[in-house]
Amino acid sequence: MTAASPSPHASSPPPTRTNLPTAPPPHPSELEPRRMSWPERLYLPLLSGMGVTIRHFFGNLFGTRKSYAIEYPEERRAYSHRYRGHHILTSRPDGSVRCVACFLCAQACPAECIHIEAGEHPDENIEKYPLVYEIDMLRCVFCGYCVDACPEEAIIMSNNYDMAYFNREQSVVGKKELVKPYTFNPERLGYRPHFPEEDVRRAEMRREAFDLVTAAKARAGEAGDEAAARVPAE
Amino acid sequence: MPALAESSLLDTLNETHPGAVVPQEGLDQPTWVVSRDSLVDVCRALRDDPETQFDLLLDACGVDWPERAERFEAVYHLYSVRRRERLRLKVPLAEGDLRLPSLIPVWKAANWFEREMYEMFGFQVQDHPNLSRLLTHEAFEGHPLRKDYDPARRWILTEDKQYKPKYVGLDDSVAGEDDDMFERMEVNIGPSHPAMHGTFRVMAVLDGETIVASDVETGYLHRCFEKMCETHTWQQVIPYTDRLNYCSSFINNVGYCRVVERMLGLEVPPKAVWARTILSEFSRIMDHCVCNGSTLVDVGALTNFWYMFQPREEIYGLLESCFGARLTVSGCRIGGLLADLPPDFMERCYRLIEMIPPFLADVDKLITKNRIWMDRSVGISAITGEEAVAWGWTGPCLRASGVAYDVRRAHPYDLYDTVDFEIPTYGGGDVYDRFRVRMAEMDQSLRIIRQLLDRGMPEGPHIVDDPHVALPPKDAAYNQMEAMIYHFKLIMDGIQVPEGERYGMVEGANGELGFYVVSDGSGKPYRIKVRPPCFPIFSTFPRLINGGSVSDLIATLGGLNIIAGELER
Repeated sequence: MTAASPSPHASSPPPTRTNLPTAPPPHPSELEPRRMSWPERLYLPLLSGMGVTIRHFFGNLFGTRKSYAIEYPEERRAYSHRYRGHHILTSRPDGSVRCVACFLCAQACPAECIHIEAGEHPDENIEKYPLVYEIDMLRCVFCGYCVDACPEEAIIMSNNYDMAYFNREQSVVGKKELVKPYTFNPERLGYRPHFPEEDVRRAEMRREAFDLVTAAKARAGEAGDEAAARVPAE
Repeated sequence: MPALAESSLLDTLNETHPGAVVPQEGLDQPTWVVSRDSLVDVCRALRDDPETQFDLLLDACGVDWPERAERFEAVYHLYSVRRRERLRLKVPLAEGDLRLPSLIPVWKAANWFEREMYEMFGFQVQDHPNLSRLLTHEAFEGHPLRKDYDPARRWILTEDKQYKPKYVGLDDSVAGEDDDMFERMEVNIGPSHPAMHGTFRVMAVLDGETIVASDVETGYLHRCFEKMCETHTWQQVIPYTDRLNYCSSFINNVGYCRVVERMLGLEVPPKAVWARTILSEFSRIMDHCVCNGSTLVDVGALTNFWYMFQPREEIYGLLESCFGARLTVSGCRIGGLLADLPPDFMERCYRLIEMIPPFLADVDKLITKNRIWMDRSVGISAITGEEAVAWGWTGPCLRASGVAYDVRRAHPYDLYDTVDFEIPTYGGGDVYDRFRVRMAEMDQSLRIIRQLLDRGMPEGPHIVDDPHVALPPKDAAYNQMEAMIYHFKLIMDGIQVPEGERYGMVEGANGELGFYVVSDGSGKPYRIKVRPPCFPIFSTFPRLINGGSVSDLIATLGGLNIIAGELER
């Protein structure tokens, strides 16, 4: 069909069929199933398989192998400080909720599970606060978008994943369950804008910067002193 | 290899079908607008012509444009496995006349895609053997992906409207015959059966122990992924993509974010690209562990399940330390990653690649040469490479049939063109070779990870420094006016993706995971079509199991790695 057609590319060297052999071979139309060798026909490889299970058996029996099972309610998996668990509404030192009811979290939520009703705050510097702040835990997908969206660090997540309810009404949690005091155990915190390990790294970077400054000072002596002093070193 | 632009096929087609094909310029891949009447001829020519050889129908979907005179568009994505070239066909359809010819004679993969177009947009596909609803249920009315359809609309399925199986190729003349001892029996398996890996329903007609005809019902896990994308901002789609293939959710994140990044013309920081490649490979290992482990459970080899799931647990631990969730990680953001990598990332990865191989070796010793497993799997539901391509297969299942197509090699993305790895293929096309391909791929994934780790973690930020795409750092958002405004704008209005369309793909754990994304520049996706790799694979299922026994059915389903979340979206 193509060979017979007059092509505008006829004048240029035909790049078509000559190049075809570089293409991979046609798709296989025959099956080549695996064939068994004679030891396999005689079930001999099962012996090495038995060796594996026996090794695991004795390893587990005498405790020489690491056991991966976790006996759940007593023993718990250690989660990182980024775990996205049950939400926390943070509070100010005086105990009032930090949220200013800006609705950014509700807007960012892909599951549309946050319900806020705003009220006037008596303090005119704060303006608004949430009268009602509810999260439907059965709808929530724990993506952490609310934490990313919050401009006040008012909503963060804990590493608590124990969420069980007797009915659907219970799963809609309000301020009572969400607000945690200022002095909440930092070990139980999860996904939030700052991670402790990052703080460590930032401190390291600052130290490195400081070392650079000192080195520069040493090199440049009196002349470089002024310039180096301008770099904020903590 | 000749590019499509140099091929003389277009001229030939213009001669034989004047005005039928109009190439569309300025898109991410070659696009032809084809008239409906000559669609089948054009497709057949595209498939058969040695200069084009579009042997794989990747995806077919509809797009609704209410303002246009021809309101609907049927979009087909074609791929030439041998020539590694892509082509998009668009067929405009007017609202009054939604007839569309069926492409099943050209590509068998068209079957389910056409059913989906019919239910989602109401295209009347002509000569389709079973034009019924696929993802939505039988009591559903209307076409949900049309723009005028209310996303909150719900329908209740009553028992009298249930899906009635349609057995293709069942010979009715034998049905009444009672010469042999057995009567024909209809067996229903699923949707809540432990061996059905989620929520599939298979109905099989048995003659004795042999399946003579079968049908599948899907849609129990359909959750309107595509419609919900259209009502949310671009960032908000990322947690949804987690739930496509939930065994390797990170790869879905990468696939989606990559498409949007390329629409925005973003350059992702090297650190994010590096981490994406490593974590994608870990996710692939995890997915293959789940697939092989649970296949073996289904055929009775329970021990392997424990050995396979231990690496998976540890990889979950790694993902959790990076992104704060184990299963649905939402680890990517458009332009980078959710958070900077933890300080002990390298150590953890090195520990993992030391820890995983012994478990794989144990399973290999137990199973690969085990005759009991071979008797259950060798030659079961075998399919040749040629036929698998016709059915639209990709991924490990296709490679088990001897076709070495892997997106990571054919169209390298991220860092895959800088690492050394092999694409394992086998020739059997059966359950056994699908198992072997996955085992070999896990080794290759470990090899990729090791090379990347040895290169060292690139310095720099984990996300682009572009306030129109990525949220400003929290310190800045708290303290600087400008950053605060960007923060609010980004959350309230979303990322403004320019008008256009793009098809992007990554190698998912069970094949080419494609995202066809259309943007109208409004801050929300206009249309997102996922090309789920297991969708065409599962459409082959009746063909694979007919002639086998019920126990073969179970082994087949496990070996195909059908993930309900991805199949039904």
